[in-house]
Amino acid sequence: MEWSMTEEEILKRIQTIFIDEFELEPDQLTREATIFEDLELDSLDAVDMVVALEKEFGVKVKNEESLRSIRTLDDLLQLILAIRDQMNTSDQKIPS
Amino acid sequence: MAGDNGVRLNRVVITGRGSVSPYGLGVKELVDSCWAGKSGVRYMDKWRSIKGLGSYLAAPVPPLDVKQLLPRVVRRTMGDMAVYATLAAQEAVQEAGFSKELLSSGKIGVSIGSTTGSPTEYDNLYQEFLPEQSIESIKSGMFFKIMGHSCAANVMAALKIKGEQWAPTSACTCSAQAIGLGYLLVSQGRQSAMICGGADEVHHSVTMVFDIIRAASHRNESPTLSPRPFDSSRDGVVCGGGSGILVLEDLDSALSRGAQIYGEITGFGHAGDPNHIANPSSEAMAGVMTAALREAGIENDKVDYINAHATGTEQGDLAEAEAIGSIVGPNVPVSSLKGHFGHTLGASGALESILILEMMQRNEILPTLNLENVDQGCKGINHITQITPSPVRTVVKNNFALGGVNVAIVFEQWSGA
Repeated sequence: MEWSMTEEEILKRIQTIFIDEFELEPDQLTREATIFEDLELDSLDAVDMVVALEKEFGVKVKNEESLRSIRTLDDLLQLILAIRDQMNTSDQKIPS
Repeated sequence: MAGDNGVRLNRVVITGRGSVSPYGLGVKELVDSCWAGKSGVRYMDKWRSIKGLGSYLAAPVPPLDVKQLLPRVVRRTMGDMAVYATLAAQEAVQEAGFSKELLSSGKIGVSIGSTTGSPTEYDNLYQEFLPEQSIESIKSGMFFKIMGHSCAANVMAALKIKGEQWAPTSACTCSAQAIGLGYLLVSQGRQSAMICGGADEVHHSVTMVFDIIRAASHRNESPTLSPRPFDSSRDGVVCGGGSGILVLEDLDSALSRGAQIYGEITGFGHAGDPNHIANPSSEAMAGVMTAALREAGIENDKVDYINAHATGTEQGDLAEAEAIGSIVGPNVPVSSLKGHFGHTLGASGALESILILEMMQRNEILPTLNLENVDQGCKGINHITQITPSPVRTVVKNNFALGGVNVAIVFEQWSGA
């Protein structure tokens, strides 16, 4: 994981995951798009979203509380940014 | 038709057909290819690297543009066989003319089997899991691709069907059992229609099952000349893939909808053979043919055609020829369709039934492709070796499976009566 990535670069990677994994169109993937309503993902997709994020960013996203609070693509971006900041300020490899 | 207790049972007719076969998508492709005498068998070059495997033959479904055919939400839980079953079910339901409302009414159920869940997906799962003993990258759809009722469940979900869900998993008899079960459910009035059949897909792990027990064809140098049911030079099974689906419907329902009727099912013989888990039994085969004919109220000498299971194995073909001879003697036409497109296992009963219905419409009998010299032990019955004009009003359709499963179904031509 290149934790020097900018916010825009991380967002682009997340968007690419949604395009590849869920066959969505780029213009659907705004920061404000709600994952379960606007993008119509369901519980099975949510599992695959986590698997894809973990693979893409090389991290564990096991904190269920923070996952449950995610509604929009921007929420997801903020979660990854938080993990990035956490890893940049500590030696911790796996965020809690 | 009446049950043993005298209660009138519903008559069961066929009002829809759907096919995904080694010839491609659709019933027309299947029918045209078989009437043109085409073989669906090809050489599987990649299998040469599998240690110990001697059979490099199969009849796979040609590649499909699945992304264009099915939306992601239904596709994500499907292995190949569930894709085939869904596409065939869509075709059958469309032909039957069922509305979305009727499909979701609870009056229509599904009975679709396969030998196992998708072997390709089992392969993918363990390729992913075994190197690191890790499940971290396994996706949520995996279980739905490998579970035993993958085809039935995915068809129900894709077509929004709310009736009964059944998934007979008995290898070579999956779809024959599924059709028999649908016949029982409709005749007893539990469902007004059943979407019945089966599916399977080509994978080396399937062919190797037959190769391990010395029952797979090694005629690798001439793929289209194998399998050779009843032929003296037969050397075993060629596995195929696909899905066959029939819509079975209560006659009153079909008539009230003005549906086209392709034939009627009037008898279902079904029995186990506990004497040996692998070896076929001519007595058990004859037993289910007799039971099916008795249920249909048809005398043995009124049978116009026997559609044999015959896969091109040494023992199976001998036992079946003996069984058929004991039931209908030397004159009734007999053929096996395995010579055309191999043994599609869970799909075979339904794909072959679709061709029976076509034979009934045309009053022509398809031959056993690749049957050139009838084996000495398979003589005594009337083998058809070329397309033969002949009345096809009453047909006994056989399917038998490893594990001692024996099924015979009686189809009757629909004459509007």
